[in-house]
Amino acid sequence: MENTTKRYWRGIEELRNDPEFVKNAHREFADSSDITDGGGTYRRDFLKMLGFGVAAVSLAACEAPVRKVIPYLNKPSDVEPGIANWYASTYVDGGDYSAILVKTREGRPIKIEGNPNSSVSQGGTGTRVQASVLSLYDNEKLKEAQKGGKKIEWEALDKEVVAALASARNVRIVSNTILSPTTKAVIETFKAKYPSTVHVSYDPNSAYGLTQVHGGQLPAFDFSKAKVIVSLDADFLGSWISPDEFSKQWAVGRRLSSAKNGNKQMSRHYDFSTLMTLTASNADYRGRVKPSQSGLVASTLLRLVGGSASTADVKIEFLEKAAKDLKAAAPGTTLVVSGSNDPNVQTVVAEINKVLGNYGTTIAGTSNYKQGDDAAFNTFVNELKGGQVDAVIFYGANPVYDSPRGKEIADALSRAKVSVSFADRADETAALCQYVAPDSHFLESWGDAEPKPGFYSIIQPTISTIFSTRQAQSSLLTWAGQNADYYEFLTKYWAANILKTGSKEAWNKALYEGVFEPGKGTTPAAPVATTDLLTALGKISGTYKASSTVIEFMPYEKVSMGTGSQANNPWLQECPDPISKATWDNYAAISQKTADKLGVAQNDMVTLEIAGKEAIELPVLIQPGQTVDTVGIAIGYGRQKAGKAADGVGKNIYPWINSAGAEIKVTPTGKTYKWGIAQTQTHNTVMARESVVQETVLAQYQENVKAGRFQPKIATSEGSKSPGDISLWNGHEKQNHSWGMVIDLNLCTGCGSCVVSCQAENNVPVVGRKEVVMRREMHWIRIDRYYSSVQPTEDEGVFQELKTLESAAENPEVVFQPMLCQHCSNAPCETVCPVLATTHSNEGLNQMTYNRCIGTRYCANNCPYKVRRFNWFKYFDEDRFPYHFNNDLGKMVINPEVTVRSRGVMEKCSFCVQRIQATKLAAKKERRRPYANEVQVACSQSCPTGAIVFGDMNNPESNISQLLAVEKEGRAFTMLEEINVLPQISYLTKVRNKDFADSVAPNKKELGHGEGHEHKQVKEHA
Amino acid sequence: MSHVSAVVRPPLVTGGKSYHDITEDVCRQVEGKPTTSWKIVFAISSLVLAVGTVSVFWTWWDGLGNWGLNKTVGWAWDITNFVWWVGIGHAGTLISAILLLFRQKWRTSVNRAAEAMTIFAVICAASFILMHAGRAWLAYWCIPIPNTYGSLWVNFNSPLVWDVFAISTYFSVSCLFWYAGLIPDLATIRDRAKSKVSKYIYGLLSMGWNGNTKTWARYEYVSLILAGISTPLVLSVHTIVSFDFATSVIPGWHTTIFPPYFVAGAIFSGFAMVNNLLLIVRWTFKLQDYITIEHIETMNKIITVTGSIVGIAYITEFFIAAYSGVSYEQYAFINRATGPYWWAYWAMMTCNVVTPQLFWIRSIRRSITWTFALAVVVNIGMWFERFVIIVTSLHRDYIPSSWAMFSPTLIDIGDYVFTFGLFFVLFLLFAKYLPVINMAEVKAVMKSSSERFPYKVKPSSKKPGQHVTE
Repeated sequence: MENTTKRYWRGIEELRNDPEFVKNAHREFADSSDITDGGGTYRRDFLKMLGFGVAAVSLAACEAPVRKVIPYLNKPSDVEPGIANWYASTYVDGGDYSAILVKTREGRPIKIEGNPNSSVSQGGTGTRVQASVLSLYDNEKLKEAQKGGKKIEWEALDKEVVAALASARNVRIVSNTILSPTTKAVIETFKAKYPSTVHVSYDPNSAYGLTQVHGGQLPAFDFSKAKVIVSLDADFLGSWISPDEFSKQWAVGRRLSSAKNGNKQMSRHYDFSTLMTLTASNADYRGRVKPSQSGLVASTLLRLVGGSASTADVKIEFLEKAAKDLKAAAPGTTLVVSGSNDPNVQTVVAEINKVLGNYGTTIAGTSNYKQGDDAAFNTFVNELKGGQVDAVIFYGANPVYDSPRGKEIADALSRAKVSVSFADRADETAALCQYVAPDSHFLESWGDAEPKPGFYSIIQPTISTIFSTRQAQSSLLTWAGQNADYYEFLTKYWAANILKTGSKEAWNKALYEGVFEPGKGTTPAAPVATTDLLTALGKISGTYKASSTVIEFMPYEKVSMGTGSQANNPWLQECPDPISKATWDNYAAISQKTADKLGVAQNDMVTLEIAGKEAIELPVLIQPGQTVDTVGIAIGYGRQKAGKAADGVGKNIYPWINSAGAEIKVTPTGKTYKWGIAQTQTHNTVMARESVVQETVLAQYQENVKAGRFQPKIATSEGSKSPGDISLWNGHEKQNHSWGMVIDLNLCTGCGSCVVSCQAENNVPVVGRKEVVMRREMHWIRIDRYYSSVQPTEDEGVFQELKTLESAAENPEVVFQPMLCQHCSNAPCETVCPVLATTHSNEGLNQMTYNRCIGTRYCANNCPYKVRRFNWFKYFDEDRFPYHFNNDLGKMVINPEVTVRSRGVMEKCSFCVQRIQATKLAAKKERRRPYANEVQVACSQSCPTGAIVFGDMNNPESNISQLLAVEKEGRAFTMLEEINVLPQISYLTKVRNKDFADSVAPNKKELGHGEGHEHKQVKEHA
Repeated sequence: MSHVSAVVRPPLVTGGKSYHDITEDVCRQVEGKPTTSWKIVFAISSLVLAVGTVSVFWTWWDGLGNWGLNKTVGWAWDITNFVWWVGIGHAGTLISAILLLFRQKWRTSVNRAAEAMTIFAVICAASFILMHAGRAWLAYWCIPIPNTYGSLWVNFNSPLVWDVFAISTYFSVSCLFWYAGLIPDLATIRDRAKSKVSKYIYGLLSMGWNGNTKTWARYEYVSLILAGISTPLVLSVHTIVSFDFATSVIPGWHTTIFPPYFVAGAIFSGFAMVNNLLLIVRWTFKLQDYITIEHIETMNKIITVTGSIVGIAYITEFFIAAYSGVSYEQYAFINRATGPYWWAYWAMMTCNVVTPQLFWIRSIRRSITWTFALAVVVNIGMWFERFVIIVTSLHRDYIPSSWAMFSPTLIDIGDYVFTFGLFFVLFLLFAKYLPVINMAEVKAVMKSSSERFPYKVKPSSKKPGQHVTE
């Protein structure tokens, strides 16, 4: 059967195998010269191209690119698609601590909530905790180990590092505060292998002065027990030591109830500070202090409370009043804290607390948040410069960036024979190290933390490592020649030292609860302050001056940005500073008076110089309330190697961090900042609008729980009526649920945790500096901040009066007002939408149907609260918004339960409707009603002070119903009551703990309400 | 003819024109080659349109973020331009409908161009309705059409839906009115046409007009009926546009005076625009005998009246704000006059209230230069009026934390320029290819009003077949 196929010839030429024919035999047409002549394109090619072109064009015209959804082939046993898993874990970043719960969907962590089991953080979370889930998906992180900026296999790295360490004389491990007892044990193990090892810890924003005075221990404070709080430049609500925890404690003394027997006592809070910090803005009385006076403020206070006969004296507004209140309070019921890093000042403050009997009550036990030892760190830098250090390992530390001697370290680092960094990215320090052995993100890691002695919590991974990273502890164990399995090390250590039992159940229980607190219930010993008071007082009177005329520098830490370790997190960059409302920048904050003196205005560029330091150039921001002749600049900015979002944003002032109080030379450059500082709010005052923010003072509130309320009445033929009593509308029936919210203005510190939490929960895009300058930030919840105005004088005309009201007072009172969709029952937005894209639910929700929205923006215009946000561009996908939304890794943080909004549609707060629906569904499946407080929205859940209460107003057992039952005839008001939009959100009046004599709130001047609006405001101007 | 005219009334058409002269004068530009000046102006307009088109394309392609809008000021130039163009359109309808009903014969010389202006202005306005929507490709959802989204209708409560109805009705009625009026003239051109193509096209457009008595009678009926339909539209369209603001809760918008105030403003700006256009047409097409100084003076009088109404409205708003006792309302108005946009407010006041009062002086209202300049000023003022209402009310409303400023971008300007290009291209095409003066109606008013009629009648000028024009 071989070759039975017949052969046919196309012609005699083929049969003859004519060479000319053979050459062209593959061609379809024997002689193609005539059709190819004169043009390179064949007819078929043309058709192909035409066909392809048409196909390509029509494909390109398709609306969305196809993205494949891939189902699990083998479903992991504990992962149900569409159902979230929650894991207890712990957020730790240097000394920052928060016990958390992590929500994962299909194996991705997407949201962090506070763990209420922890008696330390008590379920509170700050902005950085909320934002840390996004740092996990940071595209700029290293994807594998590096040597000299190039990839290296882990085995090779281990081999080389071990070889180098073996011959190293002086090994140094440099870290920030380590809260983990197990990690410390790992370091001990490492030390055992390399005995020359010294562990150096430092903190970017050091509290060394405070620990020095307390025998190397950081005292633990309890603001909840304090009736009088005096903070001396300690921003304990914003950035000092453990602000989330302190906010929780502070709120205890600020919670009021209008019930008959409700609590009508508040702690009184004095603040004496240079800058308008979060703490200063929440204080009842505030005095402005120049950094050069701060030591004398402490010593004067000591004298005033009777602790010394010091003659040093300084005049500060309200200081004597504070001393009087401190003295009047029962011993042990006050607390004086100082943010100074000068041990002499801390000695004096410790003495004040001693005199007031606060040790053992409001200062009880110790905590571990700040373990930095500035002296040891300085020794390390000197040794490094001297070439005495052979090997240096940076663990969770970036001293080239965030220490005052960063430049020296950068220059000297090459003198070490081997340098390794565990940084997750090639940051300022890691980029100069020979090796980078990237540590896993805490959400990918095992670990533990001990924020206070006897209070432990566990870090457990919620996702397997995304990249080829390895926990630093594993690396250290490997190099120490030990078993590299850190999990095993951890469980063994816990069994031996913490749980004190090898039982698996005990470990599982601790893991399940996230915390293990044997220290709970025991009364910790009061820390002892040890330094010589007289020497300290002597030094203070030598260093500090009662008055100075020079402009002084003061560094500070921003509430959301912190020390800058998470600077590449766009959520944090865009989270407005609570006070200045600025995003994406640091700047030279100065008071209006100083600006006038210097002849500069907001956004003017100035050169700033401190003797002996490199000058920097920054834009000016006018900060009401800041001490005259001071310049405040935030740390945490000016990153060089953190990633796209952070690099080049602001200037790094760590080199100046120890220069608080130094004279600073400010020279206008004559230039203005391009686009200006991106602020989300540019108008400072509330313009005497009484139905926006309502406030009173405690003395008045105690007499009348409705004090400070603005209750408009409208004149009708049947007498004057409340706006709610006369309506054109039939109203919406809410037979089942009526979701609502109460926000206590007295508890809101303005920290911004809710802003980031909402952003994470609701896939709110980041828009970047330029868009914020254009006033287009997308946050669904914002915190309005108002300064009290300059008080208009009697003889000003109405025009001038309004102009006067626009300027903030020199030392203004501040009020914060969280603002989100008010879910009006008579919603102005709903009536104007032409296509019914925004409608009312029968549960009181104002709903937004993105699919239906055509983007007329009429709803946003007609919203009296201006809470609606428009997608001006395709924020979630475009390269010009190079934040997490435009890359696949960053998109992993998206909450699958919330639609990602496209260009041209309106969006706004939904009251986390996805959470409401999920809860209702769960209840329905169990054939029950949702429990009274089962639904928690993102903002209320994250609030560290519990200022936001959400719930079903139709359920009489819910917290909100019970709160409103009391406060409806007390502090509860709805904003803009006179336009009768009937918000589902009520606010509780802000009550300042001020004396009756100080009860004239400056922004409460009446303005132009005619006969139609009768006031029933309690106004007994004393 | 039973028209009774006062003997002392000056003639509406000067220069002792005969019926044929009218036909010749009007048809000259339609039949002749485009003139150089037309070509130049057309080229410039097309260039402007092209530049504007790029801008509009970019707005649509890239997003509304290209405008200077923000979270607080959600409308600015887009709706300012929209209202401005719609307002301009009103003059055409007023001239053709209300003046017809009032037997104002002088309208015959200007109504054609004015109506064309109406249509083109409405097209320009409509382009902003489309442009301002974030997802313009879905703008048709504003129309209550049967759909497959369950039974999903529009929101009949929304003034924007009312706008859609008002503008679309207005546009269709205006087109109909304009076209119905064009038919006899189109037939004239058809009859005079020499080339086959022209004959065919104008023949098609004139819909078999034969000029007999019955046709003329029907023409008259249709005109009257359409005038009847259009008359309420003159008032309703801008009333409804004003509802966009008046029904809202925003201080400065929530004002019951808006409907009459907007209508007066619309007529005001519309007449100014008609003046501008006619002065150009009159000069380029040498129609001084048809569009006389009397016409211009009459229109200037209307401008003065409506300008004064608008001025009173401005003052009334202030009074009501003060009288209401509502602090937000008071602030909104104080802010207009003294806030960061004070210049816009005072530009509006000057252009709309102060300068039109110059027309009390006879020589000014009869001066071409003054008329032209002041008409431009009025339209600038009316643009600022809408800008003031929209932007200065929004930028500082209830909650001071959200107060913001608006500043336009290049694309904002480009999109406005686009509508100018579109408007002038359309108007120039109209002026070239269609009779800019209603020959038939002008001829009808000559007999009673033209002083030298009928001495110059030249029976010989009547060409065979040209039976329709007289």
